[in-house]
Amino acid sequence: MSALAVNQLSKAFGGLRVTADVNLAIEPGERRLIIGPNGAGKTTLFNLITGEIAPDSGSIALFDRDITRVASHRRPHLGMARTYQIITLFDQDTILRNVTLALLGLSSKRWSLLADLDRQRELTERAHAALGRVGLAHLADRPLAQTSYGERRRVEIAMALAQNPRVLLLDEPFAGLSIDERRDVRALLNAIPREVTVVMIEHNMDVALDWAERITLLHFGEVIVEGTRAEVVADPRTREVYLGR
Amino acid sequence: MIARARYAAIATALLLLVTLPWWVGNTYYVNIASQILLFAVFALALNILVGYGGLVSLGHAGLFAVAGYTAALMLQAGYGHFAANSAAIVVTLAASAIFAVLALRSIGIGFLMITLALGQIIWGVAYRWASLTGGDNGINVTTRPAPFGISLAAAPSFYFTSLIVFLLALATMVLLVRSPFGASLRGTRDQARRMNALGYNVWLIRFLAIVLSGFWTGVSGLLFIYYNQFISPQVSALTTSAEVLLMVISGGTATLLGPIVGAVIVVVMKNVVSAYIERWNLVLGVIFVVIITFMPEGLVPGTVRLCRWGWLVIRTRLNRTPARTARDQAQETHGSGAPS
Repeated sequence: MSALAVNQLSKAFGGLRVTADVNLAIEPGERRLIIGPNGAGKTTLFNLITGEIAPDSGSIALFDRDITRVASHRRPHLGMARTYQIITLFDQDTILRNVTLALLGLSSKRWSLLADLDRQRELTERAHAALGRVGLAHLADRPLAQTSYGERRRVEIAMALAQNPRVLLLDEPFAGLSIDERRDVRALLNAIPREVTVVMIEHNMDVALDWAERITLLHFGEVIVEGTRAEVVADPRTREVYLGR
Repeated sequence: MIARARYAAIATALLLLVTLPWWVGNTYYVNIASQILLFAVFALALNILVGYGGLVSLGHAGLFAVAGYTAALMLQAGYGHFAANSAAIVVTLAASAIFAVLALRSIGIGFLMITLALGQIIWGVAYRWASLTGGDNGINVTTRPAPFGISLAAAPSFYFTSLIVFLLALATMVLLVRSPFGASLRGTRDQARRMNALGYNVWLIRFLAIVLSGFWTGVSGLLFIYYNQFISPQVSALTTSAEVLLMVISGGTATLLGPIVGAVIVVVMKNVVSAYIERWNLVLGVIFVVIITFMPEGLVPGTVRLCRWGWLVIRTRLNRTPARTARDQAQETHGSGAPS
């Protein structure tokens, strides 16, 4: 059984095939890195997997359940969480409220008009715990607008982790970070328990190479090479489209 | 201390509102107060969408008129007030749902244009379908209801009814603002895509917000026809939608007090100033331009900002160390950012 299986997935924007017959089979607990140069269709692949855009053909399965037709807002309820390459957070709210919103999204309380969100002790405690995991507990009440870029990256990850996903999709979690911040995020990713399957996009291969167990190389929407770290690095096609430049 | 000051202010405001017919005295002004309250309910309803949902509607006068016309037609046909009002609310909720399904095909300017078109359709029906609506002649509503045997014919009793409805509407908004649903709605305003990825059904949240807004718009429409005891196509015109939208924007979107302050400004200008200045519309326009120029966030948040700034200046004068105040200032300005 695969945690995430993508079968013959295709998507074209007009005449441009951004995802071309992509197949992926990611095992439970695996750390998978998807690399490729700019414009390889990495983020589009994530958008297809999370359902933000609909594929032209092909199918997606989460733990053997076909989710190709499942609405994108239902997929987090099935255990899929993602982060964004371009930070997408709630600037007017505190860090704590950002994470609380992530938790509320999976709670039936989200429809309640009578409850007081600030008094949902369980949600607040879990939000604090999630912030603790990414080392931001001491900044919980700080408005997001007053946080640094690196802190926001960690809030992104905290929100995804707070949802306790079975499959976590990370879209360039190291983008724009300093060396120190990268090390922090890296430690944070290492601490994610093995129950969680993690798929990461990076276009800078060096950053996450030693993190990955298997690597998929995308180029012009197609899977060019797939295999273990050593196989992919050694493959001449990898050098050709990626490392050789 | 701030909490205590707030309770004192709320208690004072309530006391003033409850005793208004006695200290105002003149029936004319009591009626204007009723008008302010019913338009405040309308503006609060629109603020759910404009302020918390980020959905600017220019068709709300249509929903306002749907409630008014339904009730007026039912009363004309001989039904009682309870039946007429219940039917009016049901029809308005249905109309809001149709509005929502059509308008939510798009957000931003697209949403605005579709709501504008829908509002104009309702205006067209009210104006042209004369055999049903009486066209330009409108429909007279001969009596006001008498709930629990209390006649609302006199100005003070109608004022108290409006006050009760207004307080209920305001209570709904207080609940909405602090509720998880309110947080969800604001989330769809700020980051719809992220909300979707977090497991929220963005479309349904917006749909429910439109229906909730439609409910209170319908209630204010009912107050309106009982207040005027008359309804005509004028009510459903674009100018009404625009006026209420201006109340929300000038007072301050996504605040509880903003729409109420906006309603006070517009209704007072319309009724009181128009008695002295023929071109009162011009004065209203100038007021709006001044508000938008100096307080683009609206009168209520703008005043709060000015007061904070003034308080800071005073504190600085009371010799504090410069380093300390600079930091306080940074915190204050950032901390005041989110009126929602």
